Amino acid sequence: MQHVPSRAVAEEVVQDTWLGVINGIERFEGRSSLRTWIYRILLNNARTRGVREKRTLPFSYFRRRSEEGDDEPALDADRFQGRRNAHPGGWARPPVEWSSPEERLASDEARTVLLEAIAALPPRQRQVITLRDVQGFSSEEVRNALDVSETNQRVLLHRGRSKVRAALEGYFESGDAA
Amino acid sequence: MSENEPQITCRDLVELVTDYLEGQIAAVEQHAIDDHLGECPGCAEYVRQMRLTIQAMRGLVSDEAMFPQTRDELMRAFSALHPSYP
Repeated sequence: MQHVPSRAVAEEVVQDTWLGVINGIERFEGRSSLRTWIYRILLNNARTRGVREKRTLPFSYFRRRSEEGDDEPALDADRFQGRRNAHPGGWARPPVEWSSPEERLASDEARTVLLEAIAALPPRQRQVITLRDVQGFSSEEVRNALDVSETNQRVLLHRGRSKVRAALEGYFESGDAA
Repeated sequence: MSENEPQITCRDLVELVTDYLEGQIAAVEQHAIDDHLGECPGCAEYVRQMRLTIQAMRGLVSDEAMFPQTRDELMRAFSALHPSYP
């Protein structure tokens, strides 16, 4: 949660949020899904708390449109053949097949790689990834909770997923080399 | 593949993969991607890895993620509001 400075504060924000839900559930009108509503309460609490703590980052979150990263490629250019090669835009270094992926992705090590990769994402990408892929929100719920357009949501999701996949690729390759 | 269908490269595909998996892609591009995946093992593996990545992220959440004291606090608050609830 990038709005607040520490894990402890984040836990308090989560607790306040659930209290807010318990106390306010009768006012829930069903205009959005329940979890979008809960997430909005969480985000409001986090922002209020972040302002109060004064140590939080400024709300660059709302200003940094460039973070959508329209020109940020999913993979480095050197993974593909250049114009002078036989197949421009084709793989120069294709992905190596992941061996026994279900088993290895269930390991504690893979879990750490995933959590670190998600934590390293720029805030907006991290929020979209966390809601969509970790928590399983629908794209509509994410758009409502974060007030982003369908296109921006998808671009952020794409950038985030591409980076998390790349981190797992590193994990698989280091495992194969060992 | 017909002459009129757009040709996509592997480099295009890695940028279209999210639109593809989200089902947010024009029919004509959809065909081009399906054709490409049929004949490109590198891209087929890339898409597979993307699906595995999404699956793995989904597996990160568990009910135990909440701190025990947070849970206890909430259960107390809930019981106070709803005394009849066991």
